[in-house]
Amino acid sequence: MKNVEDVSPPRKKERGSVGFVWWSAVRSAIKPIVVMLALVHACAVFAVERFPPPDFTSHQLPETPQPAPPSPLWETLDTIFLFTALLLATYFALVKRSRNAIFILTGISLFWLGFHRQGCVCPIGAIQDVAQALCDPTHAVPWSIIVFFALPLIFALFVGRVFCAAVCPLGAIQEIAAIRAQKLPGWLEHILGLFPWIYLGLAVVYAATGTAYVICEYDPFVAFFRRTGATSMLIFGGALLAIGIFVGRPYCRFICPYGAILGLFSKLARWHVRIPPTECIRCRLCEDACPYGAIVAPVPPLPRSERARARRRLLFAMALLPVWVMLGAGLGYSLHPVMAQLDPQVRLARWIHSASIDPNNKFAVDAVTAFRNTGATEASLYDSAAERLRTFAIAGVGLGLWVGLVFGLKWIQLATRPSRQEYLPDPRRCVACGRCFWYCPEEQVRRGWMSEAEVAQLPRDRMNPSSSLSGGM
Amino acid sequence: MNCDHSSQRIPRRELLREGVQLAAFFGVGGLVGFVAGKKGTAEQLVWQIDPYKCIACGNCATHCVLDPSAVKCVNSFPICGYCDLCTGYFPPEPVALTTGAENQLCPTGAIIRKLVEEPYYEYTIDEELCIACGKCVIGCAAFGNASLYLQVRHDRCLNCHECSIAIACPSQAFVRVPASQPYLLKHKTKASAPA
Repeated sequence: MKNVEDVSPPRKKERGSVGFVWWSAVRSAIKPIVVMLALVHACAVFAVERFPPPDFTSHQLPETPQPAPPSPLWETLDTIFLFTALLLATYFALVKRSRNAIFILTGISLFWLGFHRQGCVCPIGAIQDVAQALCDPTHAVPWSIIVFFALPLIFALFVGRVFCAAVCPLGAIQEIAAIRAQKLPGWLEHILGLFPWIYLGLAVVYAATGTAYVICEYDPFVAFFRRTGATSMLIFGGALLAIGIFVGRPYCRFICPYGAILGLFSKLARWHVRIPPTECIRCRLCEDACPYGAIVAPVPPLPRSERARARRRLLFAMALLPVWVMLGAGLGYSLHPVMAQLDPQVRLARWIHSASIDPNNKFAVDAVTAFRNTGATEASLYDSAAERLRTFAIAGVGLGLWVGLVFGLKWIQLATRPSRQEYLPDPRRCVACGRCFWYCPEEQVRRGWMSEAEVAQLPRDRMNPSSSLSGGM
Repeated sequence: MNCDHSSQRIPRRELLREGVQLAAFFGVGGLVGFVAGKKGTAEQLVWQIDPYKCIACGNCATHCVLDPSAVKCVNSFPICGYCDLCTGYFPPEPVALTTGAENQLCPTGAIIRKLVEEPYYEYTIDEELCIACGKCVIGCAAFGNASLYLQVRHDRCLNCHECSIAIACPSQAFVRVPASQPYLLKHKTKASAPA
């Protein structure tokens, strides 16, 4: 503390040349003192009292300002908004059957949940909170996130993906971008449609192990909502939107893990969106109405001669399921050290263990410095890293099982051939956007744009040219 | 589903669908119940920097989704030595101990130096100017009392679900804290104890 007096430099007033000469003399004296200080305290730079704080008699010490986080009122408002918007979307899609109303609600949701609330909280990310809460006994989830996770699922269970239709801001921004959307070939749709399930598995594994929230990290549109963000994510989001002009809703269909769950749930929905308000006359006018490939054409039942072969194919696919699952589990286990590299402890242990770190890798150098500063032993770090690796071995096997199951079930799905008599929206893919409604002549009648007589003149029971409906109505 | 040519198959399917639907409904309900009931009233969590882990690497300045960053430097006044030669304020070899721009370590001049009484100076942070580069934090920790440190400012922080800085933090100093106590402040007792 006597150093304070030693190094006491010129006051502000002495800014003239005299002061400077004096100062330069003193400065040469400071240096060794400073160096000495540094040496003495090099081991404990983090919390030291080198200079005792002065006892002021007249001066009141200021408080460190602590601005409060935004009020939790916003979360309450968000959940109210979510519930109201879901109800409205259901009403617009199922009762009013109005594409315009759905589109306006989409815009409002984009403004509120997207640009105003900046994309947080969202049900897609809430998957991770729930997954972590299931596996980590200390992790608790705020009620607003639980509501955001559960409410769209419950709605999907009864009325389909109305959340995707008009509430989700990510869906909304793509819905607006889809102006020249083209149909994708079926095989491509099937292949790309597998990715959301794999992504879901990955996100759950990383959240459950408490490593990272990858869905939020790689959310492509949140940078737009905040109007700032990492360049890479802005480029990714921009690219998705550009693709979205021609391939409708690429994120919803081929990436979004929550959309995958919603799709599965809406398959059970009793009151799902229908294309005709009454009965399908199979006029084929709506066939190309859906930019998201969700309208499935009627399929005639298989002729009796083909049925044995189809059954054999299905049995083979079912027999293959355990093979897929075992294959996945094996692959998952062998890849778990790679997966664990995202874990900070494992990564740090690797850097500490390898004596030489690339000096250009600033992150690694900083991480090692930070670790050395804590004074923790290497052995304890290795122990915790080994523990993490064991956790990841289980997680890797789990993820592998999951991916295997996804592939196996897809195979089974491809081997089945459900027969349908109507043009129906596939509830898994249909986001209830309402684009197809007015393609249907029955809908035109409902709105009074066409007369019953006009519709009666339309060709009916048109199936794909090669096939005809054998069963009849 | 209004075709009745296979009337005995449809009800069976319908029954199955309803059964699965019921199971899914109670599945979601059970999940929600389990997660919600885990710890009574779970609190909203916000991001904060543990000042005892932070090494002021500078990533806070560059990795926040906000520009300038929501992280700012704060001064713990009870710890601060009120030094005249503040190594958080002045670069290692200052031309003069004055508030001239050439003498300031802070690249944006965000630290305000004010004379309290000879030879004690008070250093406060102008958060509008601070970019969280952490240069002053390193300077203060190296030769001073380490009273300057970085904190997430919650009037600015968007509280991203996955904080971009947390991903880029090499010292694992980014932690989630309850929103009711959103700051991890350095206190005098804790600071002087290890020395």
